[in-house]
Amino acid sequence: MSDTRTPLSRARGLGSAKEGVHHWWMQRVTAIALIPLVVWFAISLVMLSGADYAVARAWIGSPLVMVLLTLTIVVGLYHGQLGLQVVWEDYTDGALRVFMILFTKFVAVLFGLGAVLAIMRIGFGG
Amino acid sequence: MSVANRPERPLSPHLQVYRLPMLAILSILHRATGIALSVGGLYLATWVMYAASNPRAYALFQSFNVSIVGRIVLGGWLFSAFFHLFNGIRHLFWDAGYGFEIKDAERSGWIVVAAALVATAASWAVGLRLM
Repeated sequence: MSDTRTPLSRARGLGSAKEGVHHWWMQRVTAIALIPLVVWFAISLVMLSGADYAVARAWIGSPLVMVLLTLTIVVGLYHGQLGLQVVWEDYTDGALRVFMILFTKFVAVLFGLGAVLAIMRIGFGG
Repeated sequence: MSVANRPERPLSPHLQVYRLPMLAILSILHRATGIALSVGGLYLATWVMYAASNPRAYALFQSFNVSIVGRIVLGGWLFSAFFHLFNGIRHLFWDAGYGFEIKDAERSGWIVVAAALVATAASWAVGLRLM
């Protein structure tokens, strides 16, 4: 099979069907994962709205909720930063675009890690 | 090709005189609710972190959530979640190659709007009853 790409392009690993398709595909994979998670969480949110400290901790710390809530937050934030990346790509460019995309990803990781550690702290007693 | 012989092409519509089609409005709404949900996701993470801290800090955070403004934000979050969820499923069908005809897209769009409104209203009704 002939290959029209230059040796340099191959060496750089910057050919097609890498980052872009991975972004598109992960957006779909996380979307599918979020369908049951969001339904579960929306119902829980309505049931729990206004829950006091003890009730909230008892809920967050129960084994099944720990798993589902961690998934909801981590997968949700991952899906969200993928979407926001496209928003920045659409409306900004240059240095601002790079800055905003990195900022968005850093904030997502910061809050995601914070939430995961918080859930573990509540569940495992801290 | 000379200018005179150029085939007639549609002109770009101007936003001020152009009534956005329903499909365009739903597309914008998908992005808007997506941005809102991203912020909501950070807020959810913050709620969990407050629950892991001391009772006083949590009570302070919850006092906003149970206020009128907090309730409206919560209701808005629920609508955003349901709309983005149902419209996201519509997008997955498009990705699989179904429902691209304008008539089909408009019909599925109205179904999404109706389902989101019903789900939001139902969760509000249950939520208010539990208050």
